[in-house]
Amino acid sequence: MCSWARGVLIALLWGTSTTALASGVPEGVEVLGRPATDTEVIAWDIDVRPDFLGLPPGSGDVWQGEETWLAQCASCHGDFGDSNEIFAPLVLGYITEDDIKTGRVAALQDSAVTRTTLMKVATLSTLWDYIFRAMPWNAPKSLTHDEVYGLVAYLLNLGYVVEDDFVLSDSNIAATQALMPNRNGMSREHGLWSVRGEPDVTGSSCVRDCDVGTAVISSLPDYAMNAHGNLAEQVRDWGPYPGLWTAPDNMATDQAVAEVAAAPDAALNAGGCAGCHQMSGQLVGPDFEAIRARYAGEEHIAYLRDKIANGGVGVWGSAPMPAMPGVDDDALQQIVAWLISGDGG
Amino acid sequence: MASDAEQGQLQAAPESFLSRDLVEGISRDGINPGRRSLLQGAFTAAAASMVAPSLMADDDPDIVNLPSWTRSLGKPVVANPYGQPSPYEANIVRRQSPGLTRTDQSSVSFTPLQNLFGMITPSGLHFERHHQGWVDIDPRRHRLMINGLVDTPMVFTMEELLRMPSVSRIHFLECGANTGLEWGNVAVPTVQYSHGMLSASEFTGVPVSLLLERAGFDRKRATALLAEGADGSSMTRTINLENALDDALVAYGQNGEMLRPENGYPLRLVVPGVQGVSWVKWLRRLEVGDAPWATKDEVAHYVDLMPDGTHRQYTSIQEAKSVITAPSGGQKLLKQGYYDITGLAWSGRGSVEKVEVSVDGGRNWRPARLEGPILPKALTRFHFDWVWQGEEALLQSRVTDSTGYIQPSRAQLVALRGTRSIYHNNAIQTWRVGGNGEVHNVQLG
Repeated sequence: MCSWARGVLIALLWGTSTTALASGVPEGVEVLGRPATDTEVIAWDIDVRPDFLGLPPGSGDVWQGEETWLAQCASCHGDFGDSNEIFAPLVLGYITEDDIKTGRVAALQDSAVTRTTLMKVATLSTLWDYIFRAMPWNAPKSLTHDEVYGLVAYLLNLGYVVEDDFVLSDSNIAATQALMPNRNGMSREHGLWSVRGEPDVTGSSCVRDCDVGTAVISSLPDYAMNAHGNLAEQVRDWGPYPGLWTAPDNMATDQAVAEVAAAPDAALNAGGCAGCHQMSGQLVGPDFEAIRARYAGEEHIAYLRDKIANGGVGVWGSAPMPAMPGVDDDALQQIVAWLISGDGG
Repeated sequence: MASDAEQGQLQAAPESFLSRDLVEGISRDGINPGRRSLLQGAFTAAAASMVAPSLMADDDPDIVNLPSWTRSLGKPVVANPYGQPSPYEANIVRRQSPGLTRTDQSSVSFTPLQNLFGMITPSGLHFERHHQGWVDIDPRRHRLMINGLVDTPMVFTMEELLRMPSVSRIHFLECGANTGLEWGNVAVPTVQYSHGMLSASEFTGVPVSLLLERAGFDRKRATALLAEGADGSSMTRTINLENALDDALVAYGQNGEMLRPENGYPLRLVVPGVQGVSWVKWLRRLEVGDAPWATKDEVAHYVDLMPDGTHRQYTSIQEAKSVITAPSGGQKLLKQGYYDITGLAWSGRGSVEKVEVSVDGGRNWRPARLEGPILPKALTRFHFDWVWQGEEALLQSRVTDSTGYIQPSRAQLVALRGTRSIYHNNAIQTWRVGGNGEVHNVQLG
């Protein structure tokens, strides 16, 4: 919200005003800080409220939105906002004409349905605000106002909220808000906003022979005990409670191989590799065992160096591998030497 | 030499001289009498291989044979200008939960609660939750702006903020999604992953109330604050003005030093008792307003789905919660006898009044001993004396806070909120101790 005229007025008064500060502010503190200029406030005050206070003028249509989308957004979100590769889907269907009438997305009651952003978002201002401030992912705040209007129009069109020829602008955005499928889906009837709020659930004060079920109804199955790695290596290994050994059996039997070609853990961690690749089993990217199996041998050095340094897509799936400028040359050498050194076990 | 670590600890580094079959057998089935004698044999063999001229059966070789550090010159000062943990603590680090997120920039790392003591989290182990990566900000170029419903929109430099009257306070910081993976069923093995989006620090900074007064905020109209970060996402959250005026800080200090970059260097908002997402990092702006903003993390995320399909919006307060941190899931009791069951309790509405512990799945409860100081909206450490005689046990803790609120069981919570709300799961946690000493995460019903 900008109240520029108000700001100017106050700025003019500032020089002559000797308004006494309220009680919590010690004498002398008024020399700290200075009035913000109008230009400074405009540069930072980019938020848009649900009542569209703060929304800059502009417009964009579905087709312009699609063009921007394909260039800037589709690589992560998919051409139709439906990708589940990098982020949860933005739009996937599940929104009905009836939802648009009632303002409540009925499919939110169905636990089998994937909740998309458009199913949840009650306020159009949120889409505009967030896309403008934070998108695209790797270059936030690079979109123009009109591009953002177009992108919001495109998203609404993907959700069948508006027609193909729709143009979204500052003059019709309030009317468009009235079409938001889940506009009535938010509740503030709870005690978690105020520190003095009323709790909705309270526990029992029973201390003796309490009537509670003590049958185990959920626990991790054995096969999942290793999903978080070897727990023995994740706790203090000399104290009263050592961790459970949850590494798969074959990890131990291949110890000799592992010693010859130990993974360069430091380089992999520093480079951020482990966020997408794990030793065994596909995560976002292929697992290291598979990579090592495919690229064993020195003839792959140049190829792997290029892929790590510059990224790529389409070799193992549709999730793109970003360029990894954080991997310095030493680390790159270690990682590549390790990748080509074995058959991946 | 194998001697330094082994004596007195059965499993410290078994692979160094125990047979693979034996180790796997112990991991799988625990220590039975047969395996115990094999272990003792191995220790004896290891000890015998050292120069130990007069070692008797009851003599501890770590006492009789002076270790290398007792017979050598130590390292100089400033060998590490910024001190580091012992290399023997290398396992105690922040960790990601595999597959939880698909990017490293919008992701989480969890605090290793199972191995920490007291009520403060070491800054380097404070959990991370970033929405668009973390940044290194030059403090000379960082500014805080205060605008909106104020007499004068203001700008402060870091130098000016550090000159202002400051306070230091200890508070917990818990992500609203902490324990969110466990709503439907047990999903993770250890307390690090189930409760590790929880940390506590001493924060130093300037009260938000002072800054708002300095800017002359409109007391009649103002009901909410917008906090905004300086990172790429410029993340925004609406803050209840009541909280902000009560005890919120614009903080630059954490545990006696400046904030760590991952925790918002050089400036973050501290909103005691409120979920972590509202503690905006790399804080660049506070805007005073008369209505909430419905930011991305108040509409698409951090909204709690109820069984009727509505989402609770602006859920902020972290209600009272406790968890036993040791022994806890993924650990193992090696011997019978005395154990100090210990854990943490906290409340976003006040201070911890009482913690009770049950070893039989909630049928019977006895009070735990609270360790001081007990501070509002901070972690309180509790202890409970327990003698384990090899029986199966179901360990739970239950906190009562200063408002009289009692931590609910999972069944009580789910009965009202269902299992899909992701956020604000403060249910009682159960750890099952098996007859073999293995501790597992379980849910009861």
